[in-house]
Amino acid sequence: MVDAAIFQGLSWNPVTDVHELFSFQFMVNALEAGTIVAVMAGVTGWFMVLRRQTFAGHTLSVIAFPGAAAASLAGLPVALGYFSFCGLGALLLAGIAGSRRSLAAESAAIGSLQALALALGFLFVNLYHGVLNGLDSLLFGTFLGITSRQVTVLLVVAAAAVTLVVLAARPLFFASVDADVARARGVPVGALGFAFLLVLGLSVAATSQITGALLVFALLVTPAATAQQLTSRPALGIVVSFAIALAATWLGLALAYFSIYPVGFYVTSLSFALYVLVRVSRVLAGRRRRSAPAPQPA
Amino acid sequence: MLAHEFMRNALVAGTFVALACGLVGYFVVLRAQVFAGDALSHVAFTGALAAAVLGLDIRAGLFATTILGGVALGVLGDRARADDVVIGSLFAWTLGLGVLFLSIFTTKSSAANGTAGVRVLFGSIFGLSASDVRTSIVLAVVVSTLLLAIARPLLFASLDTAVAAAQGVPVRMLGLGFLALVGVVAAQASQAVGALLLLGLLAAPAGAAHRLTTNPYRGLALAAVLAVASVWIGLTLSYAFPTLPPSTMVIAAAVGIYALAVAATAARYPQATWHRLTSHRHVPAAAGHAHDDP
Amino acid sequence: MNRAATAATPEESAAAVGAAPAVVFERAAARLGVRRIWSDLSLAIPHGEFVAILGPNGAGKSTLLRAILGLLPLDAGRASVLGKPPGQANDRIGYLPQRRNFDAGTRIRGVEVVRLGLDGARWGIPIPGLPSRAREAARVAEVIDLVGATGYARKPIGELSGGEQQRLLIAQALVRRPGLLLLDEPLDSLDLPNQAAVAALVRRICREENVAVLLVAHDINPIFSYLDRVVYIAEGAAVEGRPEEVISSETLSRLYGVPIEVLRASDGRLVVVGQPEAPFVHGDRHAHG
Repeated sequence: MVDAAIFQGLSWNPVTDVHELFSFQFMVNALEAGTIVAVMAGVTGWFMVLRRQTFAGHTLSVIAFPGAAAASLAGLPVALGYFSFCGLGALLLAGIAGSRRSLAAESAAIGSLQALALALGFLFVNLYHGVLNGLDSLLFGTFLGITSRQVTVLLVVAAAAVTLVVLAARPLFFASVDADVARARGVPVGALGFAFLLVLGLSVAATSQITGALLVFALLVTPAATAQQLTSRPALGIVVSFAIALAATWLGLALAYFSIYPVGFYVTSLSFALYVLVRVSRVLAGRRRRSAPAPQPA
Repeated sequence: MLAHEFMRNALVAGTFVALACGLVGYFVVLRAQVFAGDALSHVAFTGALAAAVLGLDIRAGLFATTILGGVALGVLGDRARADDVVIGSLFAWTLGLGVLFLSIFTTKSSAANGTAGVRVLFGSIFGLSASDVRTSIVLAVVVSTLLLAIARPLLFASLDTAVAAAQGVPVRMLGLGFLALVGVVAAQASQAVGALLLLGLLAAPAGAAHRLTTNPYRGLALAAVLAVASVWIGLTLSYAFPTLPPSTMVIAAAVGIYALAVAATAARYPQATWHRLTSHRHVPAAAGHAHDDP
Repeated sequence: MNRAATAATPEESAAAVGAAPAVVFERAAARLGVRRIWSDLSLAIPHGEFVAILGPNGAGKSTLLRAILGLLPLDAGRASVLGKPPGQANDRIGYLPQRRNFDAGTRIRGVEVVRLGLDGARWGIPIPGLPSRAREAARVAEVIDLVGATGYARKPIGELSGGEQQRLLIAQALVRRPGLLLLDEPLDSLDLPNQAAVAALVRRICREENVAVLLVAHDINPIFSYLDRVVYIAEGAAVEGRPEEVISSETLSRLYGVPIEVLRASDGRLVVVGQPEAPFVHGDRHAHG
């Protein structure tokens, strides 16, 4: 049941509502940024889920927070903070997780890094504002205040990242699915892994500007996971992943515009809901198939 | 410094919370369940704010949700790993839900509640009352005692699950009970350093302890000592330089100690590598199997 | 074939010489879910004998071990382990389950892992200063020496090689002076030299400590010369007897119900050919050197 207090300004006429969405420049910017981010997240996220690096991805996104806060503190453009910190973070993570020798030691280090990043971000926000009004948007996302220049930067970075991934798609896929065999066939598994982490850092930094540092999972992981539930074919999977991310972003932005609640909540909930739906239907379909009697071997 | 009551309260409560964090954290790292701390930090955030929205005591929401969350993680079973997409998505959504509650809470009430969100996220150790301190002490003592009571069988179950089970150790119940303890500790640490940073107090001192000693009982003690030291160092620094938030400094101290431990023991590794190279070693595919499990 | 000089071992098991067998199964059957794994299985393992449990994958070798431990109730028949029903004498059984290596970052030293075999099921933490601690420490050192792991027992177990970890785990299984040792595919992940070394070690333990050893393997060659007895499980049934009797074309053909040939390669290795499951030549899986 939709409460009038929750959704303000909604005229319930789809045409006028959509028209209103596009009437403000900041909203157009947000939608454009969201679209670019969805492409990037859909593509990179699909590989991230394949490579089982979601915990590392989450940590990278958290590192975006002190980056943005430090940039604000230093008077530099926020995007610079995002991208540089996430890039650095990717290097750090490659160092920690590169050998993949020990799960326990690795996760202790990654967990500590995550906490430190959040702690530093809090410090910077404190120093910058004295009052903590920027905290919410940095952590949980905003669709306000995205400038046209930010959109351009996003476009350039996303184009570069997606191109790289597309070019390296086949060897990267090989290396992700069967590292040992790939290595034996001459695929530079280590270098690709390292490069992928860098691209992931960029994607995370880009996505953080919409969903906030903490909710990047919603665009980077959940749509890709849903796509991988639906199909195992890579090309189709990536397209589905992007489509879901795009839908979640647009719908989430629209909902957030018309309501008083933050965009992060809507985007997370939409993508999670779809994931659950797909998984549950697969489980049910599987059960129905299995309950059909099968001939028993002698 | 100790003349101020808020400082005394912070130090006392912080010491006991750190003690519990260190002990529990040692096993969290051993069992490679650090991501559970991450998941529980999301749950803590959301639980606290849900309670606030409902008008209940924030602590009630905290403890109820983190304990339930811990047990849920245990029930979801051994397949729960750091890169498990299902678990990750579930807890990421939990965080999104928390954002909703935060938003409801801050718009519903007046300006005073604007800081409630920050307190939940990053702790409020300088704002503890005497009764808060008493509660922290009692809880920490209970958790620590329980943990020490199950330490040996838990160690056995963590290292040699099948053998421990054959010898009658209740492996599954221990695992669940342990995660419930992690939930309690997460809720406590949430009040001290905040939901977002509690992971640091669980992982960093324990990580350092694992690097510094191979005797598990000494490691337990060391993790506790290092956690307490982090709290003392962090709070002192924060007192001396008031612009530095206490939770940040505590975590910085903990991670700093961890980094020092890594650096100090890195010199040891040339020996281990030499040993590995010179002993007859079947190059195990097992190392690769560690991250291939579905 | 002489048993160890039992007067040398000051254990209760010395009194068990000539007593009831360590493990007795009479027409036993086991079931997993709806599937009967094996039935009409009878065996009697005397104390202090080195016995291999062989058979193709899925035959139920590990199931037999679990039945002995009482972890799986029997579907039919009787069993007795160390004179008691299965599961009641587990503190006198040393168990080495099939396992992968420890996480490479496990920073617990081998000595502690072995000690857990002794006190791991006790609540609490070890209290320093108690007189029993010295005794326990001495026993741990003794058993580590027995398996030849003294040189690296104080290193973090995650840093050790597969063979070294295996020895420490054997020590853990032995630390309580068991009357029965159950080893589930202990040689599986080891290279050839280590397989031979561990097999010899197990045989030495068997004799010196008068421990009955049941070792599950899928390849008999590394241990063939050390064995006293073989239990071969296939097609839901089992055959027990001396190695030469069981690993023969006639016996296996009877067991499988199809013609089986046991061939001896030029280097002495045995190859079983004709099993319903795809046969692979034993022995060259571990050609890593």
